[in-house]
Amino acid sequence: MLFETILTYPATPEIFLLGMTCIVLLADLFIKQQEKKITYWLSQFALVGTAVLVLLLYNVPSTLLFNGSFIWDKTAALMQFAIVAINFFILIYAREYIRERKIPQGEYYLLSLFSVLGMLVLVSAYSLLTLYLGLELLSLPLYAMVALQRDSTECAEAAMKYFVTGALASGMLLYGLSMFYGATQSLNITEIAQVTSNLSSGQELMLIFGLVFIIAGVVFKLGAAPFHMWVPDVYQGAPTSVTLFVGTAPKIAALAMVVRLLIEGTPALVHQWQEVLILIAVLSIALGNVVAIVQSNLKRMLSYSAIAHVGYMSLGLLAATPDGYASALFYMLAYALMSLGAFGMLVLLSKSGAEVDKIGDLRGLNTRNPWLAFMLLLVMFSMAGIPPMVGFFAKLGVLEALIGAHMVWLATFALVFAIIGAYYYLNVVKVMYFEEPEIQYPIVNRPIINVAISVNCLMVLWLGMFPSGLIDLCRAAFAM
Amino acid sequence: MNLAQIFTDLVFFSFAAILVGSALMTIISRNPVRSALFLVLAFFAATGLWILLEVEFLGLILILVYVGAVMTLFLFVVMTLNIDVEEQRSSFVRYLPFAIVIVAMLVILMVYVISPGHLNPSELTTTGGQPVNYSNTTELGMVLYTDYAYPFELAGILLLVAIIAAISLTFHGKGNNKTQNPDQQILIRREDRIRMVKMQGDKK
Repeated sequence: MLFETILTYPATPEIFLLGMTCIVLLADLFIKQQEKKITYWLSQFALVGTAVLVLLLYNVPSTLLFNGSFIWDKTAALMQFAIVAINFFILIYAREYIRERKIPQGEYYLLSLFSVLGMLVLVSAYSLLTLYLGLELLSLPLYAMVALQRDSTECAEAAMKYFVTGALASGMLLYGLSMFYGATQSLNITEIAQVTSNLSSGQELMLIFGLVFIIAGVVFKLGAAPFHMWVPDVYQGAPTSVTLFVGTAPKIAALAMVVRLLIEGTPALVHQWQEVLILIAVLSIALGNVVAIVQSNLKRMLSYSAIAHVGYMSLGLLAATPDGYASALFYMLAYALMSLGAFGMLVLLSKSGAEVDKIGDLRGLNTRNPWLAFMLLLVMFSMAGIPPMVGFFAKLGVLEALIGAHMVWLATFALVFAIIGAYYYLNVVKVMYFEEPEIQYPIVNRPIINVAISVNCLMVLWLGMFPSGLIDLCRAAFAM
Repeated sequence: MNLAQIFTDLVFFSFAAILVGSALMTIISRNPVRSALFLVLAFFAATGLWILLEVEFLGLILILVYVGAVMTLFLFVVMTLNIDVEEQRSSFVRYLPFAIVIVAMLVILMVYVISPGHLNPSELTTTGGQPVNYSNTTELGMVLYTDYAYPFELAGILLLVAIIAAISLTFHGKGNNKTQNPDQQILIRREDRIRMVKMQGDKK
């Protein structure tokens, strides 16, 4: 009976993850271990357990908990599962990388578990207070993780930039939230949505004023233009194992923030935030795709590509239809999977002290390790949006939603820049397959890591060939 | 307008003026120590405003925690660091025009939005007018562990993360510590440390 209650209580995944994280903390502190094996396996167990609990809870109907500050719905379930699953792969990829570079391992695992907890809280937050706390719980470990490689001045610089701009964005978001509170006198998103549906003009003006700051804060966390300045510097400066972390799961959590604040919180102000999002999408797509062409650093190129991808994702949001939201969610999940594959590959290739972060470092990867080269090819094709990869269906869904909302000019614009963007992804493929390698020795990884990266990249292909399952899940998340 | 209302307004506007003024001085003051002290003054003024709103507990906590603990630590840090003020000023002057334009635009917008013409004061509930035996602390305690238990727990986790992050960034492992070992110090013998050397003195 008790067991059954636990398995149907929607906050169980968070509680389990918090409990396990504390156990990992104590185990890391008090058990003497070689190469932090126990910490690593306990962390992985925490993630797997959380994922299983989320799956078991999937069919629990939508509920509000903790006085309306916590929501459990299909959106939360899908996003939470994706976040936890992605982090399971991240820890597999990062393990050897951080061990070789003397990055404190226990701290890396612990901080990432806390950050995942923050993401889960953010995804199911339904009041402005829990939303903000979840966001901070997500970001604070990230700032520290970027700086974790203590002997590197580059990392310290990236961490400093990340922290200062992140604090500024949090401040702006908080200011916007205070305006919301002032106008609606409620922290609860259910109540805010009710109040905003019948407003006096004075309150509406105040809400719009607050909305501008909220969008600025949220867009910063998503890393879209014109609040993108931190993205390339942090992606390039951070150790690749941390870039892998920053560039994947937090984006899904940031999308959750947009869903809760804009779509569910202020549906009455849709015309206001739609206009802002159009500007953001156009700027991000243009800037991301054009600037990425001239980058010679692979991490920097992928960071500009991340900016462009967030732009494409927000196209789905600004269509302002349930189909559009579903396509945005699909895009974000697909992007997180591709980004996991791309950065994961960089982590795996950076072996025995040599950093692989220039495009030139991939020269002749095909002769050194044909299978890994093929895997990276799948990811690059998917990012460029070539069928039958998942990236193609993500872009297709977004454009379909746009045309459905009668914004054909925007769809055309996005399509033109997608073709421009294909250049730099295909360039990577060209370098891998048609150029001579500088270093001849083959790349050998542990079998389990090879299995993980293969599963990751083949998922990109598999979801591209059979996307209907995931599309249905995304549609169910936004079923009205 | 009765006398009490005029008095309340007077208190409010004087505290508000001090708050804005000291916050401004925090940013533009040349000396970091002076900036920190102006921040303390800003906290005091904010406390005054809060007590005017009848939220005594939060006002006092602001003084106890921020002025008493956080700012004191902050002052220590500022005093021990040797911050080169002149170097920072060059970029400060360079970006000043942009900053002034942005701040002016924001202030104009804000005044426009919350001007009485747009925002009807009667739409906003006001605090105050509580009965004599009303205790702010009791009320806070009642909701903090019931309605707001979840955010409260989250804030606790956030503090734990802050501790872990700070330690992982500053602690360099046991091997690098330059601590003394009392056991070794006690067991030392004179022969290990001092060697008697016979030398011939210089002869004139």
